[in-house]
Amino acid sequence: MNKTWNNKAWWMVLPVVLLVAFSAVIPLMTVVNYAFQDTFGGNQFFWAGLDWFEEILTSERFHNALGRQFMFSGIILAIEIPLGIFIAMNMPKKGWGVPVCLVLMSLPLLIPFNVVGTIWQVFGRVDIGLLGAAMAGMGIDYNFTQNITDAWITLIVMDVWHWTSLVALLCYAGLQSIPEAYYQAARIDGASAWSVFRYIQLPKMRGVLLIAVLLRFMDSFMIYTEPFVVTGGGPGNATTFLSIDLVQMAIGQFDLGPAAAFSLIYFLIILLLSWIFYTVMTNMDKENGR
Amino acid sequence: MAEIHLKNLAHSYYPNPKGDGDYALKKIDHVWEDGKAYALLGSSGCGKTTLLNIISGLLHPSDGQVLFDGVDVTDLPTEERHIAQVFQFPVVYDTMTVYDNLAFPLRNRGRSEDLVKERVMHIAEMLEMTDVLKFKARGLTADAKQKISLGRGLVRENVAAILFDEPLTVIDPHLKWLLRMQLKALHHRVNNTMIYVTHDQTEALTFADQVVMMYDGYVVQIGTPQELFERPAHTFVGYFIGSPGMNILPTHIDGNLAKINGLSVSLPDSYKFDADKKIELGIRPEFCSLSREEGLDSIPVSIKRIEDIGRHKIARADLAGQEVNVIVPEGISITDEHTHLSFDASQINVYSNDWLVERGAQS
Repeated sequence: MNKTWNNKAWWMVLPVVLLVAFSAVIPLMTVVNYAFQDTFGGNQFFWAGLDWFEEILTSERFHNALGRQFMFSGIILAIEIPLGIFIAMNMPKKGWGVPVCLVLMSLPLLIPFNVVGTIWQVFGRVDIGLLGAAMAGMGIDYNFTQNITDAWITLIVMDVWHWTSLVALLCYAGLQSIPEAYYQAARIDGASAWSVFRYIQLPKMRGVLLIAVLLRFMDSFMIYTEPFVVTGGGPGNATTFLSIDLVQMAIGQFDLGPAAAFSLIYFLIILLLSWIFYTVMTNMDKENGR
Repeated sequence: MAEIHLKNLAHSYYPNPKGDGDYALKKIDHVWEDGKAYALLGSSGCGKTTLLNIISGLLHPSDGQVLFDGVDVTDLPTEERHIAQVFQFPVVYDTMTVYDNLAFPLRNRGRSEDLVKERVMHIAEMLEMTDVLKFKARGLTADAKQKISLGRGLVRENVAAILFDEPLTVIDPHLKWLLRMQLKALHHRVNNTMIYVTHDQTEALTFADQVVMMYDGYVVQIGTPQELFERPAHTFVGYFIGSPGMNILPTHIDGNLAKINGLSVSLPDSYKFDADKKIELGIRPEFCSLSREEGLDSIPVSIKRIEDIGRHKIARADLAGQEVNVIVPEGISITDEHTHLSFDASQINVYSNDWLVERGAQS
């Protein structure tokens, strides 16, 4: 056996290695640096081991923020995914309504996050906001700056308004790709509307739904700008989600060590959950298959 | 099982059709007998699928009626017509097992599980699929999926007709033949009316009792494979069926003598035509022969090239500027010295404006 060894191909990988190094690995390593060390300024660092991780993982503050975050993402997914599917199924399939719908639905997606926050902040204000003033006029006690439930409802409605289009558009693309023959076959087989949804449309949308769930989970789990602008994390700590808490810790209190440990834990949670979603959804139907 | 009567049927995809050109399917009136296998043959875009979808009820015809066993079903929706249809691309319910796929049409109609099981097992046996019943349909090969689509039609007890819309398009060539044989055997067993749309003449001719030849929205001929081969009713049929197709030669006919660019060919019958008609002779390459010596009724040609396609050769000859294909049987070699072409006179067809002129019609 004569094998020639030629390792020149490794040079081809170099651009990617450099790119990933500067975009991900090096910034991440500085965070890792802070997470395992302590400093009192003057660029002097002391080894801290896993102290910061222990501190974060046992702190009630982190537990509360994490709990709120899970609740928020859970509610967001539970509303946006079914609603998005429902909207997609009721969008026009052809004719002039298609471009109109697509453009209208894309509009919320084009608005910058802090603008969305500002819009809803003003919209909901009891004194001058259209929504807030109208509610007050109808005698409904609504004030998102003081009432915890109102603050949550405002943020959830805002996120649903901002992002349901994304789910709907993805599902719409999935639905449009189903060949007409499937619907014709279903008619011949005498399938009900529910069966068509359950056995044709839903399975054919699985790929896009996976993307939609992953995107909406990651985005809502990392949400920062909108609640920061609308509620600032309040009233009290009621809407202080993980990233708001993290920024307060890192920039507000300048606790760089714990904040760095927090960041890494945060990152790992998102990674783990995304992997679980992906694995579960791609394997959901494999048993009995070949 | 049913006899299908297409009564003055026509279809246009335009809301207000004017003239023949707007009709994708021109007016037809024909009865398709119960229990026979029909093939709808024609090139792409000739109206085959339109006709099929009208029969299955996926499309409502602009004119005319569809009758099953004398009952007007034109306004009945697909699900009430007791039709089974197999599509070009295999349609299976991905998330279901093969068993559930086959059971689906029965369960939708509220049949008891006992009956469902009995029917599914019966059909699975017929299609030789009993060993894959527990598998998800998604993982199967294209031909197995096509069999499932067919099985979903067969599983219902009261199917009036089974429609196939180019069902073998996505099947591997070596399986095509096998599946076609299975289909044919199946037809003998279940004795349903079957309608098979295809643009592949081999498929049509091997599958069907009756071939319905379509061209540009018209049904140009309905007949047995042999009739289509020997007496094509339209030059398109002659050209489409056979490999190579029929030789079509522009001519002038006077009595029983045809003149092709000044060369005479005698005909078995005599004809008389108006001067403005386009008159052509049609002769299959199978009924042409070449020889070295001048014979009775032979006409001079020159050989342009010879293609050897295995079991026989095809000689491309030049007849006063017209190309004529001649099928040369195995074992005969053709050289440039073969300069005389003769036709089997009994197999010459005469076409006036593309339509066959029946023999004896003018005498």
